[in-house]
Amino acid sequence: MDLIADRGRRVQVEELNTTKLLAHAAKQTRDKKFDDVLVVDVDAHHYENESFGEILPYMENDVLKQLALASRAKGGRGNVAPSGFGYQDMGGRVTRYPLRSSEKTDEKGPHRDIQLGNRWMDAMGVDYSCLFPTGMLSIGLHPQKEMEVELCWAYNRWVTEKALPESGGRLFTMLSLPFSDPDACLRHVETFGDRKGVGGFMVTTVRPKMGVYDNAYMKVYRAIEERGLVLSFHSGPSWGDHTFQSCNRFLSAHALGFSWYNILHCTNWVVNGMGERFPKMPVIWIESGLSWIPFVMQRIDHEYMLRPSECPLLKKKPSDYMRDMYYSVQPMEIQDMGALETTFRMMDAENSLLYASDYPHWDFDLPSTIWDLPFLTDKARHNILGGTAHKLFKLPPRNEAQKANLIKYGNYTAA
Amino acid sequence: MAEQFIGKASEFKDGDRQIVRIGEDEIGIFRHEGEFYAYSNFCLHQGGPACEGLTIANVEERLRPDKTSMGLHFTNDMNFVCPWHGYEYDMKTGCHVKDKSVRLRKYDVVTKGNDVYVVA
Repeated sequence: MDLIADRGRRVQVEELNTTKLLAHAAKQTRDKKFDDVLVVDVDAHHYENESFGEILPYMENDVLKQLALASRAKGGRGNVAPSGFGYQDMGGRVTRYPLRSSEKTDEKGPHRDIQLGNRWMDAMGVDYSCLFPTGMLSIGLHPQKEMEVELCWAYNRWVTEKALPESGGRLFTMLSLPFSDPDACLRHVETFGDRKGVGGFMVTTVRPKMGVYDNAYMKVYRAIEERGLVLSFHSGPSWGDHTFQSCNRFLSAHALGFSWYNILHCTNWVVNGMGERFPKMPVIWIESGLSWIPFVMQRIDHEYMLRPSECPLLKKKPSDYMRDMYYSVQPMEIQDMGALETTFRMMDAENSLLYASDYPHWDFDLPSTIWDLPFLTDKARHNILGGTAHKLFKLPPRNEAQKANLIKYGNYTAA
Repeated sequence: MAEQFIGKASEFKDGDRQIVRIGEDEIGIFRHEGEFYAYSNFCLHQGGPACEGLTIANVEERLRPDKTSMGLHFTNDMNFVCPWHGYEYDMKTGCHVKDKSVRLRKYDVVTKGNDVYVVA
């Protein structure tokens, strides 16, 4: 296929085949013997808008459903869900974006997204992936609370009833919560919390206003904790946000945005003593990289010592509560190895860090980014790549070698 | 070091590329402005197929003498881009366009008559 390069010049590249594109990842998998290591990817994606034809009929409200379906009719110009500005594909430089539709899958096989997922998981040596949507990460920007509720409901039904059952158990999810409506969030937890493949619930942190500490959410957190599930906060960019309108390059809005929204809500979470209120509920902060963590730890520990009257629920330093939570690794900033090592030490990465690929997005990380870090112990490597996630999500090893390694490094728990 | 036959020079149009496997390495051979360039196909970032993506002109930001920006422009220098994450390498040197210390292994290419060989 031809791709458009500079000045309209056309460059011929092969049509997309994920297995072929990731052949070098498969070589790493063989060379590093990742088949012997349980690798759990806690943040991977699909493009759910490509399946809206299947998803939208699950909406409950007839009028909103008609609006959504009609907006997608041939010739329609409506947008069902919020969409952001940006150039994730870098002008076609990251070829899997423009070539995505060219990839062939078996029409008689499982859902196309499952087939594509199996291809990249097999190449990377990933055993299980937590599947998240892409466009729906901006659902918090929808001006209609009721449409946010409807779209989350429809997606959560579709993914648990249609997509995940076809994955053979290798894909699981943390379902999107319509955080603008706490009562609806509770209904989602009560309806979907016990379904197969649901490891927890996810709040997208890209929102114009959100108070994770609001009393209205306590019943939601309690319901998640009671079920032994995980709560995660997934970040994202929002170039149109007032804060980022000063950025004239996507790089700036992207680099800052993904960290910023989790910085904001993690700070509120910690300062309001949520770790004291729900100590048994695992909380994961997803897709913000790692370099923000030492910054926030230093920053709020410092102010905590000066202003303890503003956080009376805390019984230890804010950074201690941060170490009680979990963080997905991607996109890991491997630039200053000393700084990265310090970050790992400060966050107790051996026990708090979870491998994530973010595939197929443009800044994905392979398992080797963890495996090859020179300062990690073998136990830390195994914990981060899958051992810690195995305990959180109760995912069984897929072979005896993986089981032996889980036992060796103290991670094995019977499902 | 041995010479590995790649193909006939007449079969390479300007802008063409070919990927060959030699031993443990994969090598990408480009023909650009009549010259051949050959580099390791393993990106120095995460090991992606560095030579299999888009080729695209370098981008520069031009400034006026008073330091005000004239915006972004393509230059006549050509880069090739790893399709995994966008690591962008200079066609003539194999260096990352912003960090010259990040440099792909370069292979010599020799032509004998109409035959093209890579030395690896």
